[in-house]
Formats: sequence, structure tokens, C-alpha cells
Amino acid sequence: MEDREFGFSMSEEQSSMKDTVAKLVKSMVMGNAAHEMDNNKIIPREIIDKVWELGATVSTVPEEYGGYGMEYSPIMNTIFLEELAYGDMALAIAATLPSMFIYAIMEMGTQEQKKKYLPLYCSPAYKACTAAVNEPQFRFDAVSLETKAEKQGGKYVLNGRKCFVPKALESGHLLVAANADGKMELFIVEGNNPGLKIGERGKNIGLYALESYPITLENCEVSADDRVGGDQGCNFNRFLQKTRIAMSAIGTGVSRASFEYARDYAKERVQFGEPIAYRQSIAFMIAEMAYEVDAMRLMTWKAASALEAGRDAKRESYLAKLYAGEMTMKITDYGVQILGGHGYIRENPVERYYRNGRGIAILESMAMV
Amino acid sequence: MINLEMTQKMIDVKSGMNNMATNMLRPISRHYDENEHQYPAELDVFRSIKIMNRPKKKKAGEEAKPEKPESRRLGSNLSTVIVIEEMSWGDLGLLLSLPNAGLGNAAIVAVATDEQMEKFGDKWASMAITEPGSGSDSGSITARATLDGNEWILSGEKIFVTCAERADVAVIWATVDKSAGKSGIKSFLVEKGRPGFKLEKLEHKLGIRASDTGTYVLDECRIPKENILGSAEVKQSTEGFKGVMKTFDNTRPLVASMALGVTRAALDLTREKIEEKDIKLDYEKNPNNVSATEKEFYMMEANLEAMRLLTWRAAWMMDNGEFNNLEASMSKAKAGRCGTLIVQKCCELLGPLGFSCENLAEKWMRDIKITDIFEGTGQIQHLIVARNILGYSSKQLK
Repeated sequence: MEDREFGFSMSEEQSSMKDTVAKLVKSMVMGNAAHEMDNNKIIPREIIDKVWELGATVSTVPEEYGGYGMEYSPIMNTIFLEELAYGDMALAIAATLPSMFIYAIMEMGTQEQKKKYLPLYCSPAYKACTAAVNEPQFRFDAVSLETKAEKQGGKYVLNGRKCFVPKALESGHLLVAANADGKMELFIVEGNNPGLKIGERGKNIGLYALESYPITLENCEVSADDRVGGDQGCNFNRFLQKTRIAMSAIGTGVSRASFEYARDYAKERVQFGEPIAYRQSIAFMIAEMAYEVDAMRLMTWKAASALEAGRDAKRESYLAKLYAGEMTMKITDYGVQILGGHGYIRENPVERYYRNGRGIAILESMAMV
Repeated sequence: MINLEMTQKMIDVKSGMNNMATNMLRPISRHYDENEHQYPAELDVFRSIKIMNRPKKKKAGEEAKPEKPESRRLGSNLSTVIVIEEMSWGDLGLLLSLPNAGLGNAAIVAVATDEQMEKFGDKWASMAITEPGSGSDSGSITARATLDGNEWILSGEKIFVTCAERADVAVIWATVDKSAGKSGIKSFLVEKGRPGFKLEKLEHKLGIRASDTGTYVLDECRIPKENILGSAEVKQSTEGFKGVMKTFDNTRPLVASMALGVTRAALDLTREKIEEKDIKLDYEKNPNNVSATEKEFYMMEANLEAMRLLTWRAAWMMDNGEFNNLEASMSKAKAGRCGTLIVQKCCELLGPLGFSCENLAEKWMRDIKITDIFEGTGQIQHLIVARNILGYSSKQLK
């Protein structure tokens, strides 16, 4: 394969996508709107619809399944996610949620699965479908899940508990990750499967606006045809890679929002007769935030570049998420610290960024590229 | 187009240089650490290679070379940071001792006239800026140059000069008019052996001991009038000085890439030892469910990646003619500090192996420290980044 040119600058298409999302986010989310969403614990449907109308999620789905058949670009997806998360992390997850289900089936599903499921969700209107990967326990690990899938004749029986399942209640289908004899697999579970119990909406440190639920799988029966990839199963690590890159992109967006807010505040806040940004102790924190946000984004792009080149991105995606998890916490912490007491008050968004930012390192598979 | 996958050309440059570093630098690394000030004669083979040179001017009628396909193109700055990372992986002190590749040579290549190029282009040139009372604040230097007929008379003391002994000629920073502040600062070419120009002493250092660092004393040293680099005119504005400082935008990513090389050397050894104990770094498990050693390792590797991408971006921007003052300082701020911490941590993880001189880890921990100091300390880099980000002048953010 002919090498692509190495480079750091966005193509016209990429910057125009960035601008489009940035405009949308600025007009509908930034400022008070995001605070209201967080406060009222709900994302207005029209905002999700507006994001969905951009068509980013379904653009790469073949036309026969309801998409536009455009070239799949993980890098473009990271740009999209960063801009959304810059506006609001809950929105970034909610508005792109179907991509977890859609991309997994598009890439790893059997012909029948594609035919059956893709058209359901690749429609002009946003329809929720979700993924259940995280589990409510100490030492949770996506590569050794406690939720078990047992083969019984022509079906699988799922047992276990999941948490932070976004929009579980309104989702027509859930992609459930489970341990099938030591190999992690994805199962398509219908929302009204009698073995699926959806609990009370979860309360978490962050992402107040994103409704997420704990679910319990009690002898939840799934046809063997609904194991993603059929007899072959899925490439779970690839699934993880794509979600890890997405989480890094989201972390970059949240961190950038905190950085920019703190930067502007430090220039306006006057103490001892001059802006606090005149002091090295503040200015150096801002410098560090600036280059760490860039570093996070570059690592995200690097991992996405590997996928885009058709290469395995196991190492790059793992390191990108590890880095983003660590740095998002550091930067959003600095954001609160620079605002001091004001940063602790909920009217200032750095408070929300700090709570949301905790999720980057902890949560697995909440979004996908 | 964003694409951060290395091209084949980049991979080729990297592996070629790595071979060289493995075969030529690593075997003599410890020797020249232990024998500070001894000239590494093995490096003489590099004398004929013009590392610092100007692109050849096209002769009239010469046809332009056909454009290379995009993927085969590799900008000179990006190529240089890749080369420097590999060489520093081999040995940073030796890299700094490469003949005819001093900072002084960079200055000559950048601003010398054709006549000066003719005369000094093939010589090894050191760069003398720092003084006992003037470090990061290079605008405050006191060495002075006075014009006397057809000669400049130079007086002053210069410290921390890299390749002080080995260089044939020194680029000396001195002021022609102290009252003019930064605009009065000019640089002069002073050959070894001129009366009044003396190598006072050589330092004994924490690391990069293969590289000789010394003090020059100039006592009424006379040089020809034409040995000034650039114009002798003292302008009202500080544009000239800013121009000189701008060359640091080019050299900062180079220092950052030195940090990349030494850091990677330490990480490579640490990985080797981890794997010898049958621990598999699989980049898969929740990083909180693996041993502390593994998690530390992953985090350091992630940081190295971050350092490298910031560095490559700064170099790439330069190749593309983009102003990179901010990104150059970002790369050095991150790489210098973070690299230093990583190599310290590697020594800790290596345990007794990291305290012993039986292997090179302890040396790398001493060597890496310089990358957060020379070409502008980490603190200066943070100042530059912060001023850029906040839109502040040096008066607003001191």
C-alpha cells in the first residue's frame, strides 16, 4: 500500500466538519445551556437531533443499509467527538451513542445481522440503541468480564450485571459484552427481552445530563444468530480499540474546555491590582494545560491514524486512553484550582468538567470512532 | 491531511541511524563518560560529512528535480529530529561532540556571508553566549566589542561553551553598545589562537561528560572587522535580537528530540528487564489491574509518545514554513521535564541495576537532565508558552 504523506494539518473536509460542529455547539450548548442540561439532568431532544442531522455517524454505513456509503475515517470521528465534548461530554456520548451498535455490526456483524439491524438505526431520525460493557465491581476489566454467556443449543444464556448503560430504557437494542468461555463477545439483546432487567436511573459523580442505567441479565436468552459475527464471534479487542480512541477524543474536548475557560478567567480576574495570569504560578499551570491538551489530541490522532491506515491500533489506543485519562483529570483539576473558590461553585463550568473528566480513565466503551 | 503513521522513508531514516548509534556510539558510551575531556577520536569519521550545510544553489539552466511523490517527501527538520533521537539513544554526549556540527555551525550556516562561509564553513564552531552573570537573560550580556579601525576588540568571559576545546572557531556574543540593550548584541567569529583569546578551563559535569564544556576569556582580543556575523548597525528596534532568538525556535525541537532519545534508551532497557521476568506488556488489561511496574511503564511510554508527537509537530511546522515559536517551546517544556522524570523512574524500577554503573541507566539519568536546562530551561519554555497562550508581553508576564 502506498504511504500517505505524514502531516499534522486538517484537510479542508476535516476543518469544515470541525467548524460545523463547533458552530452548532456554540449556539446550542456552550454557556448556560450545558449548565441547564446538567442541572435538569436531561439533554433536550432537539440538540441530539441537530447533531444526528449532521450525519456523521451513519455517513460511512453502506447505502443499502440506510447510510451514505462514505469512506470510513476514524480521524474524522475523533475531530467530531472532540468538538462535541468541548461543548458537553454528556452530549458527545448521547448524540453518538448509536455508533457503538452500528459500527460494531457494520464491521464485525454477519450479512444477516447487517441487513436486520443496520436499517433500524441508520435512519434520518435519531433512534437510541446502546452498549453495555462496564460492570459495577472493584477491579473491573473489559478484557475479563464477569458477565457470562453460556451456549445452550441454538442460543446463549447471559447472566451478570452491567452499569452506566446510556439510554438503556429507550434503546431498541443493546450490545452486551460478555465472557463466553474466556473469550469476550458481543451480543445483540432486544430491549424487551424478558431476561433483561433495567434498574433505576444511575446517579454518578458526573454526566448528570446523560441518563444511564444499571442492568441485570438473568438467564437472558439470546439466539446464537445474535452473537455479533455469528459463529466466528467478534474481534473484541478491535471494538475496545475504537472505543478507547473515542474516549481519548472526548477527554481532549473536556480538557480543552476547562483549559480555555480557566485561561480566560485568569486574564480577567484581578487580585493584588493585576490579573492573576500575570503570576507565574498561574501562568505556568495554563502553559501546562495548553500543551497537554495538544498532546492528548495528537495521541488520539496517532491511534486513529493507525486504524485509518488499516493497521492494528492496540498499543496506540491503549496508550492514548491511558494518557487522556490521566491528563483529563489533571487539567480539569487545574481548571477548578485556577478559579479558586469560584471553581467550586456550580455556576462555573469547570466544576462540571472536573466531575465529568473523572470518567475518561474509568469508563470503557461509551463512544466509538 | 492528518496522518501520524510513519512513512517508509521515516522508518528507513530511523533504522539506518539506529544501526549507526548501536554500532558506533553505544560501544564507546561508557568510556567517554568515565574519561571526561578525552577527545572521542572515533567520531573523526564524521568530519567529512557536512551535517550543517546550506542547500546548494541552483546553477542557471539547471533543471529542477522532479517532485517526489508525497509519501517519499521528508522535510529536513522532521528528518533531523528523527536522526537526533536515534543518535541520542546511542549517546547524547557523543552526539554533542560530533565534529563540525556545533551550535556555532548552525549560526554560521544561518547568517554568514558567502565570504564568511568560504572561510569558516568547514571549521568546527562553538557558540559562546552564557556569562557568569547572564544565563536565561541572554539580553543582559556584558562581553563587549569595540571597533578600532579595521578591527574589533573583544573583552569578556564566556562560560558553559559546548565543544569549547574541540572547536576551531567560536561564535562569541558581545555587545557593541551596552546602552542600546538587546539591539546592541552582535555575534563575532573568533578563531582559536588569536592573542587575547583563551580557553580558561573545562568543566566537570553531572552528565554528557563526553562533551567538553568550557570557559573562554577574551582580553582585548583583536579580530578583523569582517568577522562580525550579520550587520554591525545598531537598530532602534530589537528586531535583530528577536531574529537571533528565532533561531531557537529551530533548535528547541532538536533539544526535545535529544530528550526523546535518552528517554527511549532508558525505557528500552527497562522493558528488556521486565520481559526477562516473563511479564508480558500486552496493552490490554485495565492498567489498574496490572503490577505497579507495568502501569508505570505504560504511563512512561505514553508520555514518551506525547513528547515525541509535540516535537515532531514543531519540526513539521518548520518544514512547512509555519511560525512555530509556541509549539517549539511546548515540545521542549514537555520533553525536557518529562524525559528527566521518566529516566529517574526507570532507574528506580531497575532497582539495584539502576544505581550501578554496570549498565548505562544511571548515566542516562545524569545525561537527560541537561535537556531541561540548555537552550532555555524548562521554566523559560513555560514562560514562552504562557506568554503565547495569554497574549502577554515579557513585561506583563515576567
